[in-house]
Amino acid sequence: MGWLRRLSGSFTRTGHDFDDEARFHIDARTDEYVQDGMDPDEARQAALRRFGSTTVTKERTQDADMFKWIHDLRRDTGYALRMLWRSPGFSFLAILCLTLGIGANAAVFSWIEGILLRPYPLVVDQDRLFAVTGTNRGAPGNSDVSWPDWLELQRNSTRVEAFIGEKITGSTLSIGDRAERASGSMVSANYFDAIGVHPILGRGFEPGEDSGRNAHPVTVISYQIWQERFRGDPAVIGKTQVLAGLPHTIVGVMPNGFYGTFVGYAFQFWVPVSMQAQFDAGVYKLEDRGSRWIEGYVRLKPGVTIEQAQAELSGIAARLETDYPDTNRGRGIRLWPLWQTPFNNAGALLPTLGISLVVVLSVLLIACANVGNLLLVRAFARQQEMTIRLSVGAGRGRLVKQLLTEGLMLSMFAAAGGFVVANWLRNALALLTPPRGGVLLRLPGELDWRVLALCAGVCLASTLLFALVPAVLTSNIDLAGALRSESGGVVGSRSRAWVRSTLVLVQVSLSFVLLVGAGLLIKSLQAVRSASPGFSTEGVLATGVDLFTAGYDPQRAKNVQDELVDRLQAIGGVESAAFARMTPFSYRTYSTAPIAVDGYDAPPDQQPTADYNEIGPGYLSTMGIPLVAGREFTRADNETAQLVAIVDETAAAQFWRGADPVGRRVQVRGRWMQIVGLARTAKYRNLIETPRPFLYVPLRQNFSATTALLIRTAQGPAALRPALVREIHALDPNVAPSELITMREQVDRTTAAQRISVTILVVFGGLALVLAAIGLYGVMAATVAQSTRELALRMALGANASDLLRLVLSKGLALTAGGIVLGLIAAFQATRLLGYLLYKVGPRDPLAFGSAFVVIALASFIACVVPAWRATRTDPLRALRG
Amino acid sequence: MLRRHRKPDALQGTLDLLVLKTLSCGPHHGYGIAADIQSISDDILRVEEGSLYPALHRMEHLGWITAEWQMTENNRRARLYKLTRAGQRRLDEEQLKWDRLMKAVGKVLRFA
Repeated sequence: MGWLRRLSGSFTRTGHDFDDEARFHIDARTDEYVQDGMDPDEARQAALRRFGSTTVTKERTQDADMFKWIHDLRRDTGYALRMLWRSPGFSFLAILCLTLGIGANAAVFSWIEGILLRPYPLVVDQDRLFAVTGTNRGAPGNSDVSWPDWLELQRNSTRVEAFIGEKITGSTLSIGDRAERASGSMVSANYFDAIGVHPILGRGFEPGEDSGRNAHPVTVISYQIWQERFRGDPAVIGKTQVLAGLPHTIVGVMPNGFYGTFVGYAFQFWVPVSMQAQFDAGVYKLEDRGSRWIEGYVRLKPGVTIEQAQAELSGIAARLETDYPDTNRGRGIRLWPLWQTPFNNAGALLPTLGISLVVVLSVLLIACANVGNLLLVRAFARQQEMTIRLSVGAGRGRLVKQLLTEGLMLSMFAAAGGFVVANWLRNALALLTPPRGGVLLRLPGELDWRVLALCAGVCLASTLLFALVPAVLTSNIDLAGALRSESGGVVGSRSRAWVRSTLVLVQVSLSFVLLVGAGLLIKSLQAVRSASPGFSTEGVLATGVDLFTAGYDPQRAKNVQDELVDRLQAIGGVESAAFARMTPFSYRTYSTAPIAVDGYDAPPDQQPTADYNEIGPGYLSTMGIPLVAGREFTRADNETAQLVAIVDETAAAQFWRGADPVGRRVQVRGRWMQIVGLARTAKYRNLIETPRPFLYVPLRQNFSATTALLIRTAQGPAALRPALVREIHALDPNVAPSELITMREQVDRTTAAQRISVTILVVFGGLALVLAAIGLYGVMAATVAQSTRELALRMALGANASDLLRLVLSKGLALTAGGIVLGLIAAFQATRLLGYLLYKVGPRDPLAFGSAFVVIALASFIACVVPAWRATRTDPLRALRG
Repeated sequence: MLRRHRKPDALQGTLDLLVLKTLSCGPHHGYGIAADIQSISDDILRVEEGSLYPALHRMEHLGWITAEWQMTENNRRARLYKLTRAGQRRLDEEQLKWDRLMKAVGKVLRFA
């Protein structure tokens, strides 16, 4: 590696070299003066004086070195460009392969940067930000944190610089004459100061504005609303905006490019947490330690590690457990790096992005192998040029450097193309993610300097990968051998053939792994799609009716709800309709409460809890959730009747150990309820959740005026919507239903992560396959081209076309078989990485492996058959003569 | 090549010539080259270190000389420069040119 030494030497070594050289010179001169009779010290001084300024001399010497280096670089670059220009077909193919490889990598890097690592534009010091959730001993998963607990943590922590509390919320905004759903956030009063983003107009929230029930109806709006709704009016401060049915005074406007701190959505407004009850249909949680709803972040003080902060917060949580056993038994606090944030789309996309990274790196490897192969083919063609250059005295190091420069040129062009690709793909994730009721989605790629630097690194690494081996092989020419004729090869016996074969092996095995992954994910997606959520997905429509923000008091709301159900059930084609606080699989969260059951003793440090849905009469039959025993709620289960509940089989199995719970009682949030029904366990949040105990309580006895409305009908949403709107407007022209969708659609929205993974793996798996096939084709074509003489000889000796076909095909298919075996071994290990994305599919599913095998075998057969056929066309006479 | 970009001026050319000539008697280090030139010219030509080393490195890159670290007899690490074949050719050319120049200058001086 002479050139490497010389290259680095130009910058570092000569510095030391020159120092050594100068020291020797001065020492020698000193000796001379001492011999002439000078005193040693004096002699040294004189020698130094004589030498003059070492710095100046050193600089001038290094200038000479640097000049040479720049000169070489310029010459190599110019030469490389000329060589690329001279074979445009090769250059185009190589640059295309690398562009796809580098572009895919840049895109995934930019997603990881924009979604996981630095998800929040304008927010300062994101490397000290960590997400906070609650934990519940004995229960899987995470919970949110109650506001009183949040305040205690804030008061007692010394290692945290700021507690940034918030909760995603939404409101209908009327912009002009259309109503739009906008997402926003309820935040602690320190929010804007703590994240370091300041309003461009007006102010943020003031201390104290986050306390008191609905005491501070103020809002800070996004730049986008300010532009669209208020046309950039500088006098917007002090105006009001109706949010969640209540006029809020606008106190600030955020800068352009700030979208809040929630991965996946662009927030449009912020209100203080004191407005929580207004946004949660009147349920006041601010002073309730048992209501866990805050999803927040902490910014650690500089120098504090996540472990130290975790230890401190866990200590505080343990104290809260003993101080408030009723609400906090078993409750802990957990910190997460931003990229693992469980309560927004970061956590959901983490495995998808992880897989994408592995996939695009594989694609890049395959692309590099392809370009390496192309370079080798060309190296063969340039053997004469290299031989001549070597024999006139060029160093092998110079040749390697020259070839690497050509490789670097290729990957620089490809990197430029790759950035264009990555820029196109910036919003691909948001496009693949299903829309949710018109809310602004935001899953951007971020092409910042870190991504650029990483890509430059990838570019350099891949240059070394694809250009180094050919370069070394090419410069390593056996001069004597090269002078002999160059068309006398035998199939598979060329000195370089094994390298090319190895490259093809790598390509085939990598594509095999990717195809297996794609197959597994496709099968998993099908399993998810066909999985029964435990309720009907066909023939049920879901929408929302918000009477709370329309200003209804509970009594009037109850009447309107009952009347609306009656009217809807009178429409032809509607079988039944029912209200519930929440549609299953929606992004809202279920109510959750500590529960107690006669005869069930939880471990002393655990507090059993259950999620529940508040449902109206006929909900279970409308949703198609079967009743195992007992009855559904009726209109008689109202606020004056006995409190009742229905439990699901999971709850029955856990709390009553399989005995029939109907007729027994359960205590929810301190109120005892009679169990009147046992429902079959369904899925409540997504298709892959692990079953947890779940209850239903009557909406009448646990009232909410902001509700979901479920309708069982054979009609589609478009057909039913006019009738629905008509019936609602007949009751109140100011109330409008939200988006009307099928339950199938509702369920599909939760499988976005799987679908994105499938799309990415299928697209890139296909790309990898094509690249690998091109590689195999190239190797086979070159093999045939290089051994025309042997083939001709065989023909002359009596081999017929099918013999030659078999000879060439068997070599190609042997390569494929080797690649598949390697791929099989790798896939056995790698598919386990798919983790939770695999639903009801084993990581070693024979069907996925089988189909990958078939696809690869077919593709390589096609790639081999063309060169093999060409081999049979060899004209023995001409080949032997030539 | 470098020649194309930098026209050697007369003085620099002279230094190159002296260095190459000194090295044609065998490998030598920078100090030795300077000392040889000085003693052979009876102390008339004193090579500046500030010019010598840049010139040595430049000629090394041009391929006229090569350099190698070696231990001297009194156990010091010294960078020894050695003339290459290209350097020898260069020396011959330069020497020819120099002789022609000296002859021309001599003629003019005698004639005047």
